[in-house]
Amino acid sequence: MTCEEARVLLHALIDGELDASHAREVEAHAATCAKCTAELATFRGMRQRLQGQNLRYTAPPMLRKSIDKAVPITAGTSRRGLLQGFAAGSIVSAAAAASLTFVVLRGDRDSSILGEAVSAHLRSLQADHLTDVLSSDQHTVKPWFNGRIDLAPPVIDLTGQGFTLIGGRLDFIDGKPVAAIVYRRRVHVINLFVMQGIGQVLSAPKLQVIQGFNILRWSDQGFNLMAVSDLAQDELEEFHGKFDSAAKAARAS
Amino acid sequence: MAFEASGGGDKAQRFRAAALPYLDEVYSLARYLLRNSSDAEDAAQECYLRAFRHFETFRGGPIKPWLLAILRNVCRAEYARRGAAALQSESLDAAEDCVEGLWTQSEASPEASVLGRLDGETVQRLIDGLPDQFRETLVLREINDLSYREIADVTGAPVGTVMSRLARARTMLRDAWIAEERGS
Repeated sequence: MTCEEARVLLHALIDGELDASHAREVEAHAATCAKCTAELATFRGMRQRLQGQNLRYTAPPMLRKSIDKAVPITAGTSRRGLLQGFAAGSIVSAAAAASLTFVVLRGDRDSSILGEAVSAHLRSLQADHLTDVLSSDQHTVKPWFNGRIDLAPPVIDLTGQGFTLIGGRLDFIDGKPVAAIVYRRRVHVINLFVMQGIGQVLSAPKLQVIQGFNILRWSDQGFNLMAVSDLAQDELEEFHGKFDSAAKAARAS
Repeated sequence: MAFEASGGGDKAQRFRAAALPYLDEVYSLARYLLRNSSDAEDAAQECYLRAFRHFETFRGGPIKPWLLAILRNVCRAEYARRGAAALQSESLDAAEDCVEGLWTQSEASPEASVLGRLDGETVQRLIDGLPDQFRETLVLREINDLSYREIADVTGAPVGTVMSRLARARTMLRDAWIAEERGS
């Protein structure tokens, strides 16, 4: 290696950019060359001096503000406030990131309720957690909820119409207790969540797909009902139709 | 997913979280390239606006070199506006051609020069005194802490050129440093 090569490469050595074999070559050259040894020492020293000093400039607060204003925000004010604080800190802490997610999710509360309903449905399919009360008799399932939850859910046996009642369960959505009434259609489980004051009050039934599950929601008699299943949409609609007319018939009698 | 915010809000939000932490770095490079704080502020602002507008084209990876490349383009436009661009690049090409001359100059001192301590403002002033291309490479390395590969991407120069510019820049800075110590 010539001095001329070494005097360029020694900078790459100082910066840790050389692979092991080139680093050895530069060092071997420096070991035999007083000038290159001197250069290496000088520039190592200079780099230490430069690193030891704060040579950065700090952006003026007004600049930060005007850039912040210039980047459009389509979200609501509370989210904006949080993001400003979030972006202003040079250290993005896990807590800040977590609270950001929380705020974003809270902005869409209804979506999070649907997500929780799907989670509750999935939990119920895991071993032995489908029902707390196992009975195909609506007169057993309905009273079971007494004292366990502050509402009297409509429990309707649809076994004769192709939807077998298999029991009931206490579950939680949005941190509040809800009644889950469990039906089976062939191998498909339907969780019918009955709740009060949770989720939207709907004037007409609404079918949605969340995480691959069909959710049919409707409101009736002050309850919000949510049927979650992997059952096909038309069969879920059929379930709703039969449940609804049976409920009306039960009230009329 | 149902949780996703509307497209525009989501983009602005991701951009802020990714890009705003680097504002001091962007502003610092602008200060060193333009050597003037009000031009640096304008350039940093323009850089963030352009970056936001083209955020879709950002392909992931570290965002800092991407931002600094945009800033560099903004600053070059500013050079052009000042009408200095033609002159600068001529003198730079000349400077790069006379690399050998520089090596001969330093033949004289075989012993290591131990550089003394200078205050930050003085060092900033010495860096400001370096010609554009060398100042740019030195700042990207020492202040913005980019790798050679990243500097090559930002400046559009081959890695070998980055290395030789850096060697030149440090040599010039050392000479200026020694002259400053002697003078003071």
